[in-house]
Amino acid sequence: MTSKEHIIGRRLSRGDGLLKQLWQDPLGRAGFLGIALIILLAVFAPLIARYDVAQINARSRLAAPSITYWFGTDNFGRDIFSRIIYGARVSLIVGLVSVGIAAGIGYLFGLAAGYFEGRVESAIMMLMDIIFAFPSILLALLIVAVLGTSVVNTMIAIGIVNIPVFARTVRASVKAVKGTDYIANARSVGLKNGAILLRHITPNALAPFTVQATLALSGAILTEATMSFLGLGIQPPSPSWGSMLSEARTYMEIAPWMVVFPALFIILTILSFNILGDALRDALDPKLKL
Amino acid sequence: MEHVLEITDLKISTLRGKETVPLLDKVSLKVGRQQCLGIVGESGCGKSITASALLQLLPYPLSVTGGSAFFTASSQARMDLLTLPPKLMRGIRGREIAMIFQEPMTSLDPIFTIQQQMFEALHFHYPHMTHADRMDKSLSMLRKVNIPRPEQTLASYPHQLSGGQLQRIMIAIALMNNPRLLIADEPTTALDVTIQMQILELMNELKETNDASVIMITHDLGVIAETSQHVAVFYAGHIVEEAPVNELFHHPQHPYTKGLLQSISSLTGDSRQLYAIPGIVPPGGSWAAHCRFAARCSHASGRCLTDMPALTEAAPGHFCRCFLHSQEVEA
Repeated sequence: MTSKEHIIGRRLSRGDGLLKQLWQDPLGRAGFLGIALIILLAVFAPLIARYDVAQINARSRLAAPSITYWFGTDNFGRDIFSRIIYGARVSLIVGLVSVGIAAGIGYLFGLAAGYFEGRVESAIMMLMDIIFAFPSILLALLIVAVLGTSVVNTMIAIGIVNIPVFARTVRASVKAVKGTDYIANARSVGLKNGAILLRHITPNALAPFTVQATLALSGAILTEATMSFLGLGIQPPSPSWGSMLSEARTYMEIAPWMVVFPALFIILTILSFNILGDALRDALDPKLKL
Repeated sequence: MEHVLEITDLKISTLRGKETVPLLDKVSLKVGRQQCLGIVGESGCGKSITASALLQLLPYPLSVTGGSAFFTASSQARMDLLTLPPKLMRGIRGREIAMIFQEPMTSLDPIFTIQQQMFEALHFHYPHMTHADRMDKSLSMLRKVNIPRPEQTLASYPHQLSGGQLQRIMIAIALMNNPRLLIADEPTTALDVTIQMQILELMNELKETNDASVIMITHDLGVIAETSQHVAVFYAGHIVEEAPVNELFHHPQHPYTKGLLQSISSLTGDSRQLYAIPGIVPPGGSWAAHCRFAARCSHASGRCLTDMPALTEAAPGHFCRCFLHSQEVEA
């Protein structure tokens, strides 16, 4: 997005680039590395995985972690390490797509609500409040129950659930930007609403939105895991961290590795995104800079 | 005299719940060609919303509820600014009528360079101008407003420049399309006094070289004395006194104007305490049906607390809304 490059470009021009700043923050660096690791695993999954994820091997059921099976095997004798690697793909794609849906629609709603006050705002915010009023997991499950279980429907459900947070964030920052003198000035110069929205309001309202997106990513991955755990998310035999946990439940006592490893990866991913989101917020907040 | 702008009985109201609250009450003003009209008053008396209304920029839920504002464009076409369709209005903004705001530090978008923002103002009204022409125009405008090293300034971001420089740039952007009318809403309030003086001199000079008229909105009578030919004093949403600038300063009629003049600090005066008019401006919605200044006026007598004085001519060209100077009572 060009507007985003504007912000980043400006900060770079001031000699305190956003990426550089993130890297200098120890937490930011940790989050960055954690996410990079997950992305690399997901991208190079076919090269890294040691076994076929769906290959059932009755003779090595519930094998403990060993040199052959790094993270052990599950109740069907499938290699847990390979399944986790492929599961990273599912988690990341579901996370990115659902946050994309939520951020895109939420942004438009927030922009419209913040810029055109009055009835448009009341109508949009009322709709957002209705979505907001439901516990998000429950609403996502409801949507999937209506649409049917599939990867795409899981992404749609998680996307819809996350729209209100984005709409609220964007509305608040648009309202703040809208009240500034430079917007009044842009209007008095003769710019059209569209030009003001695109050129002046969008880039200036982007910082909280960017941070929200990082935080929502971890939330989305967690929601997917929860939904899969409950059996209404990604369906077997596709490997998903959540569904792996769900299957592991029965064998928790005799094969704890079935729980431990997928859970560790969920923790690593969520933690990395949260930490990066925090660091991003600090980096984008001019008040914290001297 | 030829008038660029004639405002007649302008009324502005806001909504409080379902109730309509008047904020500006039958204001009539005229701005002559190459003249500067000063509008003085305390905060909340309706100065700035008058300016916003002229460009149809009133924030929700404020709206114009009556009156007209006829503007003569450079094409000599006369139009009512208050009822102009949005599309035509955008052609007026920035090109025929430009505005300068109070806070130069925040009036430019922090994430764009000066060049991008100057080009943007040109682009909207002259979309086919070439890059080189825009560059020439921007540089020459910056030179006109005495910006040193204009090339370097064009590449700067607003936070890299000082308030005085930014206000000059705002003026340069405002005058770039040769507007017929420049509305300056407290253009020097945020600046220190030496810079204030320079900016006012610059505006006076550019008014003549660009054949522009100016509406100078301020609470500072010193600014009026430097720039305006004609002054309107606003109080609680209407005009209480209107006169040529010398007449107003030498023979103020309304007790409020007298109070304002007394409140100016003087370097030569003795060290007595600075005069302040007691009380505050009544906010919109709580205006009395009688003289709105009566509650703060030391001359208020019986009639002032029952009737509303009319704006009457106290001396040739000098109008005043006070019973002390008018013979008849108007309901």
